Amino acid sequence: MTDSLHLWLIPILPLIGTAINGFFGKRFSRQTVAAVALTFCGLAFAMALYVTARISSLELPHTELLAHWIRSGQFMVNFDFYLDQLTLVMLLVVTGVGLLIHIYSVGYMWEEGGFYRFFSYLNLFMFFMLTLVLAGNYLQMFIGWEGVGLASYLLIGFWFTKDSAASAGKKAFIVNRIGDFGFLIALFLMIKHLGSLNFTDVFSAVAKYPVETAGFGLLTSIGLLLMVGAAGKSAQVPLYVWLPDAMEGPTPVSALIHAATMVTAGVYMVARSHAIFNHAPNALTVVAVVGTLTALFAATIGVAQTDIKKVLAYSTVSQLGYMFMACGVAAYSAGIFHLMTHAFFKGLLFLAAGSVIHAVGGEQDMRKMGGLRQYIPVTFATMATATLAIAGIPGFAGFFSKDEILLHAYEANPIYWVLGVFTAFLTSFYMFRLLFLTFFGEYRGAGAEGSHGGGHGHGEQDHGHGMPHESPMIMLVPLMILAMLSVIGGWVWFGGVFEHFMAPVFGGGEGAATREAVSKTLEFTLMGVSTIAAFLGWFLALFLYVRNPALPQEIASALGGFYEAVVHKYYVDEFYTTLFVKPLVDGSTRILWHGVDQGVIDAAVNDTADGARHLSDAARQMQSGNLRSYAGWVAAGGALVLAYMVWMGVR
Amino acid sequence: MVPTSYYLILSGILFSCGVIGFLIKRNIITIFMSIELMLNGVNLSFVAFAAQWHHLSGQVFVFFVMVVAAAEAAVGLAIIIAVFRTRETLNVDQVNLLKL
Repeated sequence: MTDSLHLWLIPILPLIGTAINGFFGKRFSRQTVAAVALTFCGLAFAMALYVTARISSLELPHTELLAHWIRSGQFMVNFDFYLDQLTLVMLLVVTGVGLLIHIYSVGYMWEEGGFYRFFSYLNLFMFFMLTLVLAGNYLQMFIGWEGVGLASYLLIGFWFTKDSAASAGKKAFIVNRIGDFGFLIALFLMIKHLGSLNFTDVFSAVAKYPVETAGFGLLTSIGLLLMVGAAGKSAQVPLYVWLPDAMEGPTPVSALIHAATMVTAGVYMVARSHAIFNHAPNALTVVAVVGTLTALFAATIGVAQTDIKKVLAYSTVSQLGYMFMACGVAAYSAGIFHLMTHAFFKGLLFLAAGSVIHAVGGEQDMRKMGGLRQYIPVTFATMATATLAIAGIPGFAGFFSKDEILLHAYEANPIYWVLGVFTAFLTSFYMFRLLFLTFFGEYRGAGAEGSHGGGHGHGEQDHGHGMPHESPMIMLVPLMILAMLSVIGGWVWFGGVFEHFMAPVFGGGEGAATREAVSKTLEFTLMGVSTIAAFLGWFLALFLYVRNPALPQEIASALGGFYEAVVHKYYVDEFYTTLFVKPLVDGSTRILWHGVDQGVIDAAVNDTADGARHLSDAARQMQSGNLRSYAGWVAAGGALVLAYMVWMGVR
Repeated sequence: MVPTSYYLILSGILFSCGVIGFLIKRNIITIFMSIELMLNGVNLSFVAFAAQWHHLSGQVFVFFVMVVAAAEAAVGLAIIIAVFRTRETLNVDQVNLLKL
């Protein structure tokens, strides 16, 4: 092929960065490590831009074959790369937001140990994520899928000496494994029944199947299993529990992996597999229901959290629920649109939260913040922008994408819409609550009483200092860029630019058709309702946390048990612990460990050894070193032989 | 004529005396003599059978045994002298190391 874009370079570049920093980073200075990491990440971004520039001259989808991989009879899997509009959007989001977060991390992690390790992992994540989005077949996608899980595990447990971080990493990995199991089974079904894993082949094979409106056919099974995988990776009910715990990792990691990119892999996968889901409406309904429930469920938990990162984590889960809701009503481009804007504003929210945490010396509890507006104005401005964006205030990115989803949800089933709007209200409420608690009122932190909070190191950096201070420029510039994107990122909605751009991927601009069918009045009514919901949330938060700071406590105690349940995240973790973890651990301990391993396997080995030892111990007595005792044994042996012969003779 | 069984019983007694002497004595020379006693006990049974069956092979065997016993006595006594020279004892219980 003459016009090869060398797509393989895009994932490989960060991998080179990983290798350099991983192998030699220990001897490098921090500057060198940062330079290496940023160079290779930047090169990947440059490649993505180059691809974007070339895209108009290409015939999409564009595939590039790198090498053959598995060949077994008719079945073949290659290392190939697949480029279409969907890939391009993901590519730009991953490399662009990724690069910004890399830059930010240089400032954020500067005083941390394991600086080179951090950037090595971060580049590794970029490699796998880019492999995932560029993959031309499901198996290659699966490599990326597992790889980002690995990178996520490594980075959540970055402070591995902290017990909670180490176990949060394990939890993320194990919960993801449940989802991956579903994904893997879906791949097996594809191999068996569709004979290929190539996107092109699979989708054309699927097109020959009738639409499974009822029953539980092949495509429904594949769709549901893919959904299980997506639910694991994208933290949907019931597998969302790992994401809030994943906040144990450094904040840039939460921004990059657990907000902007990796967790959206599930949405990407569902959108990529839209051909399958379109032929399995039942699976699609499950996607929509799970998404809606997750959005609502996580939003209610987010309302009562006090840890700034936990609020954002539940908010992420909730927003991912929106994306799944969009995919579930076959509005894939709306889902991807929200994915993109969410990457901007949620990435920004996490980075700004990191900047806040940095400013107050490692404190994450919002109850100990407050009044930070005057100390860290840039962080405040950017975070406020992101809050406006996620709350869906008109003009900001989140408004357009969320409205697009809600419109399509209304088309499919008004119930989704009602729950979606209610979630939007909650989102707006808890985000403004976060903003008000953090930046307004009086500073309630350690520095406020004049005591230097040196020993209060609750999380990340423990450089004890008095009053909060603004972060360095290297952290603020990414914040500003993302803030800009959080504003203008949604403007591609005007005139349906984004939808038209995505139309070739998701088939014939069905979204545009919907738009024609929906009357302008309805569209604007829906828009108005969700805008009102957003403002309601804003005013409620303003009322409760700025005007009457004592009131939330009263409401909380008035609600009693329900409030307790929400604070404890509906006891889902406890429930899982009782239902799955404890029986498993107990079973493993009692039956497998004490019973089988110690009782059977160890016992067999040890008893054999013991028996041999006792036998030898007895036999050892014969070798006393006493000559006459040897002679005695010889005589006894002779006597025995003689006796035997006599006995044989007598018989 | 004396019945063969007498010879055999005597032979058994001699052999048993040899064995018992070998087992209970501590002096190497006595042990050595016990070995000779056992050999001669066996020799006696050989010649007794040879006389019974009128067959020479038993007597030839005895000559062989006597030759070997003579050689053994030469080597054994040399060893005993060497042992006594180095250890100044002939008590086998104290001669339990090959290395000094």
